[in-house]
Amino acid sequence: MIAGERRAGAALCKSGTGRAELHGAKDMDEQTEVVKRLRESFRSGVSLPEHFRRSQLEGMVALLRENEQRILDAMHQDLAKPKFEVVLSEIDIVMNELRFAISNLKSWMMPEYVVKNLATKMDDCFVRREPLGVVLIIGAWNYPLQLILLPLVGAISAGNCAVVKPSEVSPATEKLLTELIPKYLSPACYAVLCGGVEETKKLLEIKFDHIFFTGSQSVARKILQAAAVHLTPVTLELGGKCPCLIYGDLDVQAAARRLAWAKFFNMGQTCVAPDYVLCSQQMREALVPALRKALETFYGSCPQKSPDMAHLISQRHWARLCDMLQRSKGTVVIGGETAEDEKYIAPTVVVDVKETDSLMVDEIFGPILPIVTAETLGEAIDFVNAREKPLALYVFSDNSEVVTAALERTSSGGFCSNDGMVHMCLPGLPFGGIGASGMGNYHGRWGFETFSHRRGCMLRGWALERINMLRYPPYTESNLDWLRWATGTKKSWNSCSVL
Amino acid sequence: MSAPPSPSPTRWFKALKRTKSGESCMKTCPVLCAELLNRARAAHRAGRAMKESFRHAQLEAVVRMMQDHECDFVDALGKDLHKHRFETVMLELIMVKNEALYAASNLKRWMEPQHMDRTLATSLDEGLVVSEPLGVVLVVGAWSSPVQHCLVPLVGAIAAGNCVIINPSEISSHTAALLLRLLPSYLDNECYHVLLAGTNDLLEIIDLKFDHIFFTGNGTLGSKVAQVAARSLTPVTLVLGGKNPCYVDRQCDIGTTAKRIAWARFQNAGQTMVAPDYVLCHADVRDQLVQALRSSLNQFYGSDPRESCSFGRLVNVETVKRVKDLLWKSGKVAIGGQVNEAEKYVAPTVLTEVVETDPIMQHEVFGPVLPIQTVNSLDEAISLIGQQEKPLCVYVYSSNSKVVSRMMRETSSGTFCANDCVLQSLMPMLPFGGVGSSGMGSYHGRHSFDTFSHRKSCLLRGTRIECVTYLRYPPYDDRNLSLMTWASSLSQKGQGWCQIL
Repeated sequence: MIAGERRAGAALCKSGTGRAELHGAKDMDEQTEVVKRLRESFRSGVSLPEHFRRSQLEGMVALLRENEQRILDAMHQDLAKPKFEVVLSEIDIVMNELRFAISNLKSWMMPEYVVKNLATKMDDCFVRREPLGVVLIIGAWNYPLQLILLPLVGAISAGNCAVVKPSEVSPATEKLLTELIPKYLSPACYAVLCGGVEETKKLLEIKFDHIFFTGSQSVARKILQAAAVHLTPVTLELGGKCPCLIYGDLDVQAAARRLAWAKFFNMGQTCVAPDYVLCSQQMREALVPALRKALETFYGSCPQKSPDMAHLISQRHWARLCDMLQRSKGTVVIGGETAEDEKYIAPTVVVDVKETDSLMVDEIFGPILPIVTAETLGEAIDFVNAREKPLALYVFSDNSEVVTAALERTSSGGFCSNDGMVHMCLPGLPFGGIGASGMGNYHGRWGFETFSHRRGCMLRGWALERINMLRYPPYTESNLDWLRWATGTKKSWNSCSVL
Repeated sequence: MSAPPSPSPTRWFKALKRTKSGESCMKTCPVLCAELLNRARAAHRAGRAMKESFRHAQLEAVVRMMQDHECDFVDALGKDLHKHRFETVMLELIMVKNEALYAASNLKRWMEPQHMDRTLATSLDEGLVVSEPLGVVLVVGAWSSPVQHCLVPLVGAIAAGNCVIINPSEISSHTAALLLRLLPSYLDNECYHVLLAGTNDLLEIIDLKFDHIFFTGNGTLGSKVAQVAARSLTPVTLVLGGKNPCYVDRQCDIGTTAKRIAWARFQNAGQTMVAPDYVLCHADVRDQLVQALRSSLNQFYGSDPRESCSFGRLVNVETVKRVKDLLWKSGKVAIGGQVNEAEKYVAPTVLTEVVETDPIMQHEVFGPVLPIQTVNSLDEAISLIGQQEKPLCVYVYSSNSKVVSRMMRETSSGTFCANDCVLQSLMPMLPFGGVGSSGMGSYHGRHSFDTFSHRKSCLLRGTRIECVTYLRYPPYDDRNLSLMTWASSLSQKGQGWCQIL
């Protein structure tokens, strides 16, 4: 890496404070310069060879291995994330993705030959996965490392160059990424650009070949509109209210533990955290004490003092959650305590929450769990279907009919029974939303596909021109009959193969 | 570079609707669309389009429709585009029929969930990917291949279990009217609808909120469609036009090359999205190519193509004017060049001595004019192609596999074909779609099914085995953390720590 490039890379990131700052025209030019440089690199073909992609992925492995403490410190600064959570949900998850990509890269890159029929036996038909070019990855603040690096793994594997824009709301991680990425990855192909709302708007005026965004719906709309001007495809990983249905027979205590873990991990600031629960009155009566017990086991009798709780990201976010809680017409049965100076809200469970409650309007994204009463599974499913499609849907039940009904009669980005969140940790499963919760997906091979163009290729020879001649003008009925017969005999596909 | 604008005869269209409905149609398109959309949504919510047997039945109905009404389609396309029966049957009807048959015979397999490999640690869990329909989709067709543009995506959407509203192009109005008449007789009336709406109404219609929009047409309108769809976070598939380059190498079978290029360029009077738009010809074979093209055109359409019923006409006078303008301001006419506006006729024309600054090299031709620009090397050709926007297709004619390989590897396009044209877009096994300015997303065969599906990842766990799950719970313990990290690092394929939870 050229030292000058590294300094230039670091100089691009001026907003270490996390506040949106207006920069002068000079910085907008810098954005254009960076993208231009990446485009030239891409055109030169440097990011294409398998060995290059592999070396970059290995570079990322080294980045994570050699900087664990610094990552822990940055996460602690931004979100007071406990070490355990950082290692699992920021470092290990990316490591696994990297290992998966490195060991599968060769096979992913190979052309996919398609089934040939008799007439195309002389031809070669296959699908090539080609990189798109220069892609933009915009991260979010709740998992500030993972949400930049995981998509970047896909982008690199697919042979693209990339600009990453970490969230300015988690400034310590933003600063760390700005320093480390140019150090471990090729600055010719990958760059970090920082900034707030204004800088991002300017960045979106530049044409990219794909934009990958994780964040809120309102920002997503603007990004999608800006991308549409350039005909840039977009992947959106958004949020939503992820329902958790609890019906039938089950081990309530085990379910409560898993539910509490998924809900309160990272202080509830996870896009796939169970947002609210739907269950019958009777189930609720068993669930609440089980949750209370689970929470006590996890965080002790005074969660505020527990070192295992992350913090809320900002005062503003804290105020928003407090307001939501205050306006709620439900009954707080667990927690409810707040402390402004520490941006603290206790793990809280609210019951008797109605459809129109303040807690049921927007995605909560915090440590408050409303329980909505729906006596039957059918009612619960209707309730879910009346709302926007969520990123994840959870069901706790030992009865397979309950699980199957929920799976088949609802639509969501992902689905998990008898646990929360873990479905997104498996590289074999695509992770993405549908409807208001997003479009497109990634993780594992799906990340590779997202950042690739599947190009259909056909290589023909000069042979069989006598058959080809059937298709040429002057058009005759007999030629048409012959071609029709040739395609009509098989009760199946492919007319063109005899052309 | 911009694609040709689409004029909209909205008055004709409104008159058509009044005639078809037998009474004065007072409803505006958006209002009508909203009604259709509500019906389709209700049908989707009721799960009407979901069952495999239902989808199968609808696909078979599409096949029957194409077979029973071949004459009607031939007639309609003849009126709209002066398309010869041969082209209509082979490149529109049979293509739709084959897509439907292909989907019907593969449907069961496509609908099956894909199971993840199980490892020892997940043997108690089940990970699978389930394909779900998106909901109600809107298919907007273009006029150049009006049947195929609407019905091939329709087939994919049906196979994936969606409800569909198709909007055939107003410009190919006879075909649109035919589809409006036929579809209700063959397909379920609650799930599938035909909407006759002009370009002016299209953007308003999109605002009504669909679950996916499939658009075929020009880039300018495509971008507007995407921008409006963005307001409601609606995903789109765009199949747009572009300038498809065709490189002719000095090492090739010139006679066959000329025939195949001429067939691809001049069918449907050049109004095909996948036709070669311009030729980059190696200087060594330029003259032979022109000679071979002359000979092919003579063979195809005779000495006066205007008399040949195998040769089509342009869709309207505006297009004639546009094409005429391009051809007169670019290069030199080597073959053809005759124009008759009243008949919407432009002779099959070949231009030589074309340079990249000529108007014909700045706009998609979409007419029976083939510009040939001479190049001195493969490098030059690749460089010229790289300077343009990514097209829908890149073509190369060469006997030298290294040339073919370089052209494939050093250019980017929706699709690629060596030593022929168009055929790669007719195969259900190959994905068809654009990249960059030529579009996003793809379809045909299984790719249609995937485009109109949501892949939902599902993890089914049991509650009863809690023994190792406790490792992940607070109070957090460094020892537990090391154990989990160690276990996940065991798997070289990176199956994840959660596998052991």
